[in-house]
Amino acid sequence: MIPELGHFALIIALAIALTQAVLSLTGAARGIPGFIAVARPGAQGQFVFVAIAFGCLAWSFYSNDFSVLNVASNSNSSLPAQYRIAATWGSHEGSLLLWVLMLSVWMVAVSVFSRSLPDDMVARVLGVMGLIAVGFLCFMLFTSNPFERLLPAAADGRDLNPLLQDPAMVIHPPMLYMGYVGFSVAFSFAIAALLDGRLDAAWARWSRPWTTAAWMFLTIGIALGSFWAYYELGWGGWWFWDPVENASFMPWLIGTALIHSLAVTEKRGAFKSWTVLLAIFAFSLSLLGTFLVRSGVLTSVHAFATDPKRGIFILCFLTVVIGGSLTLYAWRANKASPGGRFELLSRESMLLANSVLMLVACAAVLLGTLYPLFLDALGLGKISVGPPYFESVFAPLMAPAILLAGIGPLVAWRNGDAAQLARRLRWAALAALLGALFVPLLFGRWALLTSGGLLLGFWILGGCFTALFIRIKTGTKFTTSFAGMLLAHAGIGVFVLGVTLVKSYESERDVRMAPGDTVMLGGYAFRFDGVKEVAGPNYAAVRGAINVQRDGQPVADLAPEKRIYRVQRNPMTEAAINGGVTRDLYVSLGEAVGPEGTAWTVRIHVKPFVKWIWSGCLLMALGGLLAASDRRYRAGSRERDALRAGDATVVRSSAA
Amino acid sequence: MKRFLWPLGIFILLVGFLAAGLTLDPREVPSPLIGKAAPAFDLPVLQQPGERFDAAARRLAPSARRFAPSDMRGKVWLLNVWASWCVSCRDEHPVLVELSKKNLLPILGLNYKDKDEDAQRWLTQFGNPYQVSIVDADGRTGIDYGVYGVPETYVIDAEGVIRYKQIGPLTEAILEQKVLPLAMALKK
Amino acid sequence: MRNLFFAFFFLIACNVNAIENTDPNTEQRIRQLSEKLRCLVCQNQSLAESNAELAQDLRRQLREQVAAGRSDGEIMDYLVQRYGDFVLYEPPFKASTALLWIGPFALLAAALAALVAILRRRRRAPEEAALGPEDQRLVARVLGPAEPGNKPDGDS
Repeated sequence: MIPELGHFALIIALAIALTQAVLSLTGAARGIPGFIAVARPGAQGQFVFVAIAFGCLAWSFYSNDFSVLNVASNSNSSLPAQYRIAATWGSHEGSLLLWVLMLSVWMVAVSVFSRSLPDDMVARVLGVMGLIAVGFLCFMLFTSNPFERLLPAAADGRDLNPLLQDPAMVIHPPMLYMGYVGFSVAFSFAIAALLDGRLDAAWARWSRPWTTAAWMFLTIGIALGSFWAYYELGWGGWWFWDPVENASFMPWLIGTALIHSLAVTEKRGAFKSWTVLLAIFAFSLSLLGTFLVRSGVLTSVHAFATDPKRGIFILCFLTVVIGGSLTLYAWRANKASPGGRFELLSRESMLLANSVLMLVACAAVLLGTLYPLFLDALGLGKISVGPPYFESVFAPLMAPAILLAGIGPLVAWRNGDAAQLARRLRWAALAALLGALFVPLLFGRWALLTSGGLLLGFWILGGCFTALFIRIKTGTKFTTSFAGMLLAHAGIGVFVLGVTLVKSYESERDVRMAPGDTVMLGGYAFRFDGVKEVAGPNYAAVRGAINVQRDGQPVADLAPEKRIYRVQRNPMTEAAINGGVTRDLYVSLGEAVGPEGTAWTVRIHVKPFVKWIWSGCLLMALGGLLAASDRRYRAGSRERDALRAGDATVVRSSAA
Repeated sequence: MKRFLWPLGIFILLVGFLAAGLTLDPREVPSPLIGKAAPAFDLPVLQQPGERFDAAARRLAPSARRFAPSDMRGKVWLLNVWASWCVSCRDEHPVLVELSKKNLLPILGLNYKDKDEDAQRWLTQFGNPYQVSIVDADGRTGIDYGVYGVPETYVIDAEGVIRYKQIGPLTEAILEQKVLPLAMALKK
Repeated sequence: MRNLFFAFFFLIACNVNAIENTDPNTEQRIRQLSEKLRCLVCQNQSLAESNAELAQDLRRQLREQVAAGRSDGEIMDYLVQRYGDFVLYEPPFKASTALLWIGPFALLAAALAALVAILRRRRRAPEEAALGPEDQRLVARVLGPAEPGNKPDGDS
């Protein structure tokens, strides 16, 4: 009954989305107030029914309804409650429903927080989002119905993949999807502006907080994914340049470019058509990511089980949405005026340089991800493009961007003063140089790449401190927006330092240990004290005991596990981590070896400063939060309402 | 105006590739050994240990117990990699048994990472299309031949050069369309 | 259940050569090599990460080759001869991969050149207010009048 209710709710949501999209866009184009008025309630109605559908699916999982195919394939009665609910989005169909739910959440947010925008603009934005919703709802209803029944019902389910039975599964996909889908808001604003012919600074001001918010969620989502892989997979790695990881990273890169480009368009009215193009790219990459994960054209550990029919559907949808928006862009973008004038050294040029560098980095990642496909399609053989390639190519591309990020915030708008800049930055430069030369000495090993990375990290941090210092000294007002920018840039610095230090100085031993054996690594003594059996709610495990000491002082007792989940029966490694600000101690069990099986192969890592990687991402996200919540986006509404009282629709016939 | 069309143009090109990608299998690993000499090996033979397939004599010589691909010089033959623990091998096995009855070309089996008793039991149960089955117990020869999944089948010509590799189970269709025409052409 | 449990791990142990407590440098070399090689039967994992049987066999081969004194290049060639370029995570530089390796840097150079050209052109552009008078009135109606001291020039 409940699954059918959910299915029906989706159908109603589709009907509402279709009606709302058509009426809103027609109304805005023709200036029909009645149609335009449908936009906001339409978005809200759509949310209600998608939420009902989602609730029905979640309830089916929670109540172990194995007559629903999705539940039978992805859950199990002995799965703990929080994972039964998380399993709702653990499959292709369920994650699509999550996608559409996120879309409707953003639509409601736009409908509620846009009181100060002209109604026809809001109608266009919601109309475009509604069209996207129509596409995804059709995709679900026609090819990937989460409510499909399994009759006769299974006695029990096939269980959720053990790798997904983790708290991160509860947060990571929702955060990631909030980000992916959030870029549809910026996209819709861009399309609305193109349709309207109204590409101006006001549009940029409206778009900006939405874009920053989406970027913030995506940052958190990616960071969580990386952290999860680190502690879950047992190998100590945190980024694999896997196609699906790249699919989430590319929108992030363009999103970063977009935030910076919007700043220029808002402040100086420049780069309008470039900003619009970036907004289209960002969401297009989100959609492309959806295609890559679900179509089977690329191999990935994250890929969902595939079906050629689904691949074709998404590709067609992709073609229509992206092809349509790029056509609209080609047709309408040249109507935008070029905006203000500025010098070669200026804030505008710094921000434009950022855009360009992010775009090139994103193109490089795209090239690497799709190249095996290109060669195979052309019959030129099969290759693999993996971490060694991406690491060699990506770091050199990002270095100039990070260098500029230290300088950018200090350059004046319109016309920067080179001499003043050099003077102000000399301390940052000194700090960077000292850091790059002397920190390696603390670790006892000096390498060029290490120093390069440290130089960049300290440089950008130095730039942030300099900007802060100058702002305090000159007594200029300290806005949330400025604080956000500083925090985000500082986050990049922390991230770069973390990556550089971990990659340069991490150490690892993979050894056979009998109970009582001790291994030395990184100044720590690791003593293996044997294993014992434990049982979990839906698994049986062998738990090792590793005692860690440093200079005779006890540091930690680690308990790595090797689990076998009762249903799926694949062995799974749970690493034990002793985390710290300056290092992580990471231990995982291999296999039982030796005559009585008392000895085990144990993998031990010492990872210096690895937590800085995710701390940096967190700082970036926090910075984004602050920037998006700046006062000027929430300026007094009473005056605004009064001004708008005599202004039902705003009709413009020519571009700004 | 024209420069605004670039993104659309590049996108259309991309879609073309993605559409082509939907027809490809990203996990299939083509063999670099096609057109190269079949790697040499010297392995024991299954079934009755102590028997050797002598190409010239076409008889079982009781003294020798091993096989090398050079033993098949002068003949076009199939090398089929199989194992008793492999489920898809069971699907392709009737096809091979049928083929062996037609006596078109010799079929030799490479028993990959298996146990002798299990292999013999399997052949007794499902039929034995192989003139001999060579035992590759630790999989090293399989690695030399670029085996990554079982079953796989190689067409090797009279000079000992690999001409074709079938990844995955053989079917009647593949035999008719690819393997047999090639084998017949090579025989001439 | 207990017996089944240990039996399971034993089965794996029997198939895996116990990792020798050899020289850590050798271990590190094998690890680095196996991180650069692809597991052919997995969904995009390296030989280092994978527990698949073929991955274990290939790691054993790596170990033997390293012990036999082969260089990294020779070991990679050994595998490429048998499995093709697909087994390498770092694509070799050939005619077909030239675009892959050079592309990003060529794009960077081209993009920076275009950037400088656009910026130079922008310098000569006529000075223009960001918003014309009609637009300014429109913005005032919609967004409310600009608040004093709200947007210092240092902000973006």
